[in-house]
Amino acid sequence: MTRALEERQGVKLQEKFASAVAAVCGLGGLGSNIALSLARAGIGKLILIDFDQVDVSNLHRQQYKASQVGAYKTEALTACLKEIAPYIELETHTVRMTEANTVALLKDADVICEAFDNAECKAMLVNIVLEQMPSKYLVAASGMAGIDSANLIQTRKVMERFYLCGDEVSEVSEAESLLSSRVMLCAAHQAHMVLRILAGEFES
Amino acid sequence: MVKINGKELDITGKTLADYLAATDYDPKRIAVERNGEIVPRNQYSKTVLADGDRIEIVSFVGGG
Repeated sequence: MTRALEERQGVKLQEKFASAVAAVCGLGGLGSNIALSLARAGIGKLILIDFDQVDVSNLHRQQYKASQVGAYKTEALTACLKEIAPYIELETHTVRMTEANTVALLKDADVICEAFDNAECKAMLVNIVLEQMPSKYLVAASGMAGIDSANLIQTRKVMERFYLCGDEVSEVSEAESLLSSRVMLCAAHQAHMVLRILAGEFES
Repeated sequence: MVKINGKELDITGKTLADYLAATDYDPKRIAVERNGEIVPRNQYSKTVLADGDRIEIVSFVGGG
Protein backbone atom coordinates (compact mmCIF):
# COMPACT_ATOMS: atom_id res chain seq x y z
CA MET A 1 0.00 0.00 0.00
CA THR A 2 2.85 2.37 0.80
CA ARG A 3 4.29 1.76 -2.68
CA ALA A 4 0.93 2.44 -4.29
CA LEU A 5 0.68 5.75 -2.43
CA GLU A 6 4.28 6.65 -3.25
CA GLU A 7 3.66 6.04 -6.94
CA ARG A 8 0.69 8.39 -6.91
CA GLN A 9 1.82 11.09 -4.50
CA GLY A 10 5.61 10.89 -4.69
CA VAL A 11 8.01 9.44 -2.10
CA LYS A 12 8.83 12.74 -0.40
CA LEU A 13 5.22 13.76 0.10
CA GLN A 14 4.28 10.27 1.19
CA GLU A 15 6.97 10.24 3.87
CA LYS A 16 5.70 13.53 5.26
CA PHE A 17 2.10 12.29 5.34
CA ALA A 18 3.04 8.92 6.85
CA SER A 19 4.92 10.51 9.75
CA ALA A 20 2.16 13.01 10.56
CA VAL A 21 -0.47 13.04 13.29
CA ALA A 22 -3.72 14.91 12.61
CA ALA A 23 -6.58 15.38 15.07
CA VAL A 24 -10.19 15.61 13.93
CA CYS A 25 -12.47 17.23 16.52
CA GLY A 26 -16.07 16.27 15.77
CA LEU A 27 -16.92 13.38 13.44
CA GLY A 28 -20.02 14.70 11.71
CA GLY A 29 -20.39 16.00 8.17
CA LEU A 30 -17.03 17.74 8.24
CA GLY A 31 -15.03 15.39 10.43
CA SER A 32 -16.05 12.08 8.86
CA ASN A 33 -15.18 13.42 5.41
CA ILE A 34 -11.90 14.99 6.57
CA ALA A 35 -10.83 11.73 8.21
CA LEU A 36 -11.55 9.70 5.05
CA SER A 37 -9.58 12.10 2.85
CA LEU A 38 -6.60 12.11 5.21
CA ALA A 39 -6.66 8.32 5.57
CA ARG A 40 -6.72 7.91 1.78
CA ALA A 41 -3.72 10.23 1.51
CA GLY A 42 -1.76 7.96 3.86
CA ILE A 43 -1.63 10.04 7.04
CA GLY A 44 0.24 8.05 9.69
CA LYS A 45 -2.07 8.64 12.62
CA LEU A 46 -5.45 10.20 13.25
CA ILE A 47 -6.80 11.27 16.63
CA LEU A 48 -10.61 11.05 16.34
CA ILE A 49 -12.79 12.76 18.94
CA ASP A 50 -16.60 12.72 19.22
CA PHE A 51 -19.01 11.90 22.04
CA ASP A 52 -22.02 11.19 19.84
CA GLN A 53 -23.69 8.18 18.22
CA VAL A 54 -24.71 7.83 14.58
CA ASP A 55 -28.30 8.99 14.09
CA VAL A 56 -30.50 8.32 11.08
CA SER A 57 -30.57 12.10 10.48
CA ASN A 58 -26.79 12.05 9.97
CA LEU A 59 -26.83 9.79 6.92
CA HIS A 60 -27.62 12.55 4.44
CA ARG A 61 -24.17 14.13 4.83
CA GLN A 62 -21.93 12.05 7.09
CA GLN A 63 -19.87 9.07 5.95
CA TYR A 64 -21.79 6.44 7.89
CA LYS A 65 -24.07 3.61 6.81
CA ALA A 66 -27.64 2.78 7.82
CA SER A 67 -26.28 -0.35 9.51
CA GLN A 68 -24.19 1.88 11.82
CA VAL A 69 -27.09 3.87 13.30
CA GLY A 70 -26.73 3.76 17.08
CA ALA A 71 -22.99 3.08 17.07
CA TYR A 72 -20.57 5.61 18.50
CA LYS A 73 -19.14 7.70 15.67
CA THR A 74 -15.61 6.97 16.85
CA GLU A 75 -16.28 3.23 16.44
CA ALA A 76 -18.28 3.50 13.20
CA LEU A 77 -15.63 5.70 11.57
CA THR A 78 -12.85 3.40 12.75
CA ALA A 79 -14.57 0.55 10.88
CA CYS A 80 -14.82 2.67 7.69
CA LEU A 81 -11.22 3.85 7.90
CA LYS A 82 -9.79 0.39 8.53
CA GLU A 83 -11.41 -0.85 5.33
CA ILE A 84 -9.76 1.93 3.34
CA ALA A 85 -6.40 2.21 5.10
CA PRO A 86 -5.75 -0.92 7.19
CA TYR A 87 -2.35 0.28 8.41
CA ILE A 88 -3.40 3.71 9.67
CA GLU A 89 -2.92 4.28 13.40
CA LEU A 90 -6.11 5.50 15.09
CA GLU A 91 -6.53 6.99 18.56
CA THR A 92 -10.19 7.48 19.44
CA HIS A 93 -11.78 9.40 22.29
CA THR A 94 -15.52 9.04 22.84
CA VAL A 95 -15.84 12.19 24.94
CA ARG A 96 -17.22 15.71 24.70
CA MET A 97 -14.41 18.23 24.32
CA THR A 98 -14.33 20.84 27.08
CA GLU A 99 -12.09 23.62 28.35
CA ALA A 100 -10.67 21.06 30.80
CA ASN A 101 -9.73 18.17 28.48
CA THR A 102 -8.93 19.80 25.12
CA VAL A 103 -5.20 20.41 25.59
CA ALA A 104 -4.57 16.87 26.84
CA LEU A 105 -6.56 15.31 23.98
CA LEU A 106 -4.68 17.25 21.30
CA LYS A 107 -1.14 17.26 22.69
CA ASP A 108 0.24 14.72 20.17
CA ALA A 109 -1.30 16.29 17.05
CA ASP A 110 0.75 18.16 14.45
CA VAL A 111 -2.35 19.64 12.84
CA ILE A 112 -5.79 20.06 14.43
CA CYS A 113 -9.08 20.15 12.50
CA GLU A 114 -12.05 21.88 14.10
CA ALA A 115 -15.08 20.04 12.71
CA PHE A 116 -17.85 20.78 15.19
CA ASP A 117 -21.43 21.68 14.31
CA ASN A 118 -22.11 24.20 17.07
CA ALA A 119 -20.76 27.76 16.69
CA GLU A 120 -19.93 28.20 20.38
CA CYS A 121 -18.04 24.89 20.44
CA LYS A 122 -16.10 25.99 17.34
CA ALA A 123 -15.11 29.25 19.02
CA MET A 124 -14.18 27.48 22.26
CA LEU A 125 -11.84 25.05 20.50
CA VAL A 126 -10.23 27.71 18.31
CA ASN A 127 -9.60 30.02 21.26
CA ILE A 128 -8.15 27.25 23.43
CA VAL A 129 -5.78 26.03 20.71
CA LEU A 130 -4.61 29.53 19.76
CA GLU A 131 -4.20 30.62 23.39
CA GLN A 132 -2.69 27.49 24.89
CA MET A 133 -1.17 25.50 22.01
CA PRO A 134 0.60 28.12 19.87
CA SER A 135 2.89 25.60 18.15
CA LYS A 136 -0.02 23.68 16.59
CA TYR A 137 -1.52 24.27 13.17
CA LEU A 138 -5.28 24.72 13.27
CA VAL A 139 -7.75 24.34 10.39
CA ALA A 140 -11.30 25.37 11.31
CA ALA A 141 -14.55 25.71 9.38
CA SER A 142 -17.40 28.21 9.37
CA GLY A 143 -20.25 28.63 6.89
CA MET A 144 -21.22 25.77 4.59
CA ALA A 145 -25.02 25.50 4.96
CA GLY A 146 -27.56 25.99 2.20
CA ILE A 147 -27.52 25.74 -1.56
CA ASP A 148 -25.40 28.80 -2.37
CA SER A 149 -22.55 28.47 -4.88
CA ALA A 150 -19.84 25.90 -4.30
CA ASN A 151 -17.35 28.54 -5.39
CA LEU A 152 -17.95 30.64 -2.26
CA ILE A 153 -16.34 27.98 -0.08
CA GLN A 154 -12.70 28.95 0.37
CA THR A 155 -9.63 28.59 2.58
CA ARG A 156 -8.34 31.72 4.28
CA LYS A 157 -5.17 32.12 6.31
CA VAL A 158 -6.30 34.12 9.34
CA MET A 159 -3.13 33.93 11.44
CA GLU A 160 0.29 32.35 11.02
CA ARG A 161 -0.95 28.89 12.05
CA PHE A 162 -4.72 29.33 11.83
CA TYR A 163 -6.70 28.63 8.67
CA LEU A 164 -10.46 29.00 8.17
CA CYS A 165 -12.50 27.17 5.52
CA GLY A 166 -16.07 27.91 4.41
CA ASP A 167 -18.00 30.94 3.18
CA GLU A 168 -18.02 32.33 6.77
CA VAL A 169 -21.70 33.37 6.59
CA SER A 170 -24.06 30.50 5.67
CA GLU A 171 -25.43 29.31 8.99
CA VAL A 172 -27.71 26.39 9.69
CA SER A 173 -31.23 27.72 10.22
CA GLU A 174 -34.82 26.80 9.48
CA ALA A 175 -34.35 28.19 5.99
CA GLU A 176 -30.89 26.73 5.34
CA SER A 177 -30.03 23.13 6.08
CA LEU A 178 -26.83 21.26 5.36
CA LEU A 179 -26.33 19.59 2.00
CA SER A 180 -23.86 16.76 1.68
CA SER A 181 -22.16 18.25 -1.37
CA ARG A 182 -21.46 21.65 0.18
CA VAL A 183 -20.36 20.18 3.53
CA MET A 184 -18.03 17.84 1.63
CA LEU A 185 -16.57 20.80 -0.24
CA CYS A 186 -15.73 22.48 3.04
CA ALA A 187 -14.35 19.24 4.50
CA ALA A 188 -12.23 18.79 1.38
CA HIS A 189 -10.86 22.33 1.83
CA GLN A 190 -9.91 21.44 5.39
CA ALA A 191 -8.33 18.09 4.52
CA HIS A 192 -6.45 19.64 1.61
CA MET A 193 -5.12 22.44 3.81
CA VAL A 194 -3.88 19.83 6.29
CA LEU A 195 -2.00 18.07 3.48
CA ARG A 196 -0.60 21.37 2.22
CA ILE A 197 0.64 22.28 5.70
CA LEU A 198 2.34 18.89 5.99
CA ALA A 199 3.87 19.41 2.55
CA GLY A 200 5.22 22.79 3.66
CA GLU A 201 2.89 24.67 1.31
CA PHE A 202 1.34 27.55 3.21
CA GLU A 203 -1.28 29.91 1.87
CA SER A 204 -0.21 33.54 1.69
CA MET B 1 -7.58 54.94 14.22
CA VAL B 2 -8.09 51.24 14.75
CA LYS B 3 -8.53 48.88 11.82
CA ILE B 4 -11.12 46.16 12.47
CA ASN B 5 -11.68 43.59 9.71
CA GLY B 6 -10.24 46.05 7.22
CA LYS B 7 -12.37 49.02 8.31
CA GLU B 8 -10.81 52.12 9.94
CA LEU B 9 -12.70 53.06 13.10
CA ASP B 10 -12.26 56.00 15.48
CA ILE B 11 -12.30 53.95 18.69
CA THR B 12 -8.76 54.43 20.05
CA GLY B 13 -8.79 54.18 23.85
CA LYS B 14 -11.88 52.00 24.06
CA THR B 15 -11.55 48.44 25.31
CA LEU B 16 -12.20 45.52 23.03
CA ALA B 17 -15.15 44.55 25.27
CA ASP B 18 -16.64 48.06 24.87
CA TYR B 19 -16.36 47.81 21.10
CA LEU B 20 -17.89 44.32 21.00
CA ALA B 21 -20.78 45.38 23.23
CA ALA B 22 -21.74 48.02 20.67
CA THR B 23 -21.83 45.48 17.83
CA ASP B 24 -23.85 42.39 16.94
CA TYR B 25 -20.94 40.04 17.71
CA ASP B 26 -21.68 37.26 20.18
CA PRO B 27 -18.54 37.01 22.37
CA LYS B 28 -19.15 33.26 22.74
CA ARG B 29 -18.87 32.72 18.98
CA ILE B 30 -15.77 34.70 18.11
CA ALA B 31 -11.99 34.63 18.11
CA VAL B 32 -10.10 37.93 18.08
CA GLU B 33 -6.66 38.56 16.68
CA ARG B 34 -4.78 41.75 17.49
CA ASN B 35 -1.69 42.58 15.44
CA GLY B 36 -1.21 38.91 14.60
CA GLU B 37 -1.71 37.55 18.12
CA ILE B 38 -4.80 35.93 19.64
CA VAL B 39 -6.49 37.99 22.34
CA PRO B 40 -7.36 35.59 25.20
CA ARG B 41 -11.09 35.59 25.90
CA ASN B 42 -10.62 36.70 29.50
CA GLN B 43 -8.66 39.75 28.34
CA TYR B 44 -11.34 41.47 26.20
CA SER B 45 -12.25 43.93 28.97
CA LYS B 46 -8.57 44.67 29.71
CA THR B 47 -7.49 45.12 26.09
CA VAL B 48 -7.36 48.85 25.34
CA LEU B 49 -7.37 49.56 21.60
CA ALA B 50 -4.37 51.63 20.56
CA ASP B 51 -3.87 53.87 17.54
CA GLY B 52 -2.71 51.74 14.60
CA ASP B 53 -3.98 48.43 16.01
CA ARG B 54 -5.10 45.90 13.43
CA ILE B 55 -7.91 43.73 14.75
CA GLU B 56 -9.38 40.71 13.01
CA ILE B 57 -12.59 39.24 14.42
CA VAL B 58 -13.57 35.78 13.23
CA SER B 59 -17.22 35.02 13.92
CA PHE B 60 -18.29 31.39 13.73
CA VAL B 61 -21.63 30.22 12.37
CA GLY B 62 -23.21 26.83 13.06
CA GLY B 63 -23.01 23.83 10.77
CA GLY B 64 -20.65 20.97 10.25
